[in-house]
Amino acid sequence: MLATLQLLAEPVDRTDVAEETPLPHRADAGRGRSLPLIIRGLRKSFGDHEVLRGIDVHVPAGQFVAIVGRSGCGKSTLLRLIAGLEKIDAGSISFGEETRLEDVRVMFQEPRLLPWARVLSNVEVGLGRSRNLPDADARAEAALSEVGLADKRNQWPAVLSGGQKQRVALARALVSNPRILAFDEPLGALDALTRISMQRLLERVWRDEGFTAILVTHDVSEAVALADRVLVIEDGRISQDIEVDVPRPRQRGSADFAALEGSILRHLLGADERGDS
Amino acid sequence: MSLIESLPRPRSVRLPRADGLIQWVVPLFMIAIWQLACVTGLVPARVLPAPSDVLLAAWKLLISGELVRNICVSFWRASSGFLIGGGIGFAFGLANGLSQLSSNLTDTTLQMVRNVPHLALIPLVILWFGIDESAKLFLVALGVFFPIYLNTLHGIRTVDPQLIEMGRIYGMSDGELFRRVILPGALPSIFVGIRFALGIMWLTLIVAETIAASSGLGYMAMQAREFMLIDIVVLSILIYALLGKLADSASRVLERLTLAWHPAFQQH
Repeated sequence: MLATLQLLAEPVDRTDVAEETPLPHRADAGRGRSLPLIIRGLRKSFGDHEVLRGIDVHVPAGQFVAIVGRSGCGKSTLLRLIAGLEKIDAGSISFGEETRLEDVRVMFQEPRLLPWARVLSNVEVGLGRSRNLPDADARAEAALSEVGLADKRNQWPAVLSGGQKQRVALARALVSNPRILAFDEPLGALDALTRISMQRLLERVWRDEGFTAILVTHDVSEAVALADRVLVIEDGRISQDIEVDVPRPRQRGSADFAALEGSILRHLLGADERGDS
Repeated sequence: MSLIESLPRPRSVRLPRADGLIQWVVPLFMIAIWQLACVTGLVPARVLPAPSDVLLAAWKLLISGELVRNICVSFWRASSGFLIGGGIGFAFGLANGLSQLSSNLTDTTLQMVRNVPHLALIPLVILWFGIDESAKLFLVALGVFFPIYLNTLHGIRTVDPQLIEMGRIYGMSDGELFRRVILPGALPSIFVGIRFALGIMWLTLIVAETIAASSGLGYMAMQAREFMLIDIVVLSILIYALLGKLADSASRVLERLTLAWHPAFQQH
């Protein structure tokens, strides 16, 4: 408890500090509440084009799964189906039990902040129906501290940098203590350095909050750095299901990573060459 | 919105105090030239009275109370016409922006009516209403209806669909979505409509009061013409200009207050 208090007293807004310091858990943090994700025979078409042709996967509760694939392979569609943004044509997606809207959250490539609301109100949007409860401010502030932006609470989104906006979007996704958090290339629009610090932030938040994470990305090295498991999607099917058996905290640029990343890339490029011939 | 955002920021690096004064340099300079031209006899008084004469006329009318009464009458006509027409335009804009059914039902009709210049209706309006207040209110209301309708509709239709999707997945009800996402998103466009409408409001009123009225600024100008009181004619024109500028400034202040979040209005 003493350690917790000391941590609270320290400024936590600087990016470098925010990534490395394990912040005190929020009282109702979601550890142990995470949900499994079970997908069976999932199909989805847009017009004549069949994007997903039978996806079967079981993600245990609390796992960090990355979904990689070439653009147009259907990975984003899969994520939108999981988030309930599109209708399922055939098959099923379940989380093992009944979920509320607040249990499954999505973070997009764009921050999608309301430009006319201050940072704190933007985070409060994430509380869903409980945003009118008296503890809404406190919860939003806790989520902002979690991403290291407590001092930006009264700013307009327009004055934030791209990375900061994305962190506010992360705080908004976290504030309702989701049990499944889906990321749709959340770092795709950021510069290389901001990306790396955001990747560390995502990993830390996932460790602290204990939700099931589903990350869609086209960046194989990002997938390997963050995930317990990498799913490769090709032609609307899962073509590879790879366990990333590297202990955390992971060292970037180690030989293990390079080998794994190389083999996934070779697989993806190999598919391309097979397709060409 | 992206177009507005890409425009250079209106706030310059110059001293704010000088910024406020500098816009009056050109008008004051022109008035000085005008006065000089009249005093030296370059411009005969029959064509254009000197600014000092216009001021004198203003003073006389002010003392007699005629000026204030006419300004009040015109201002009342303008504002009530604006509220009625703008209110109806805003309501139709909302309805047609939010509901496809409503849009299908009324948009084509409104677009057809829009193509009739509203001032062309003056003879008809005089036949219907005579020259009393309702004729002027009707014309002003009709004139301001369309800019507000069109810009409200456009504002609502161009709200970022990604934000609407975000609002939906975060569980906003329809009312909340409207209040927190759609209306604020449409506001910059609505203000463009309001500023257009304010211009049309004065234009319509001037024409209506000049042609058919028994009080108001336009009537004052026409009376003065009858008696060759050119200083009062010029005075009326200047007052119209001032009132127009005043209305525009008021809408700018309102814009600044409600669009404080917008990058174009942020002070650094």
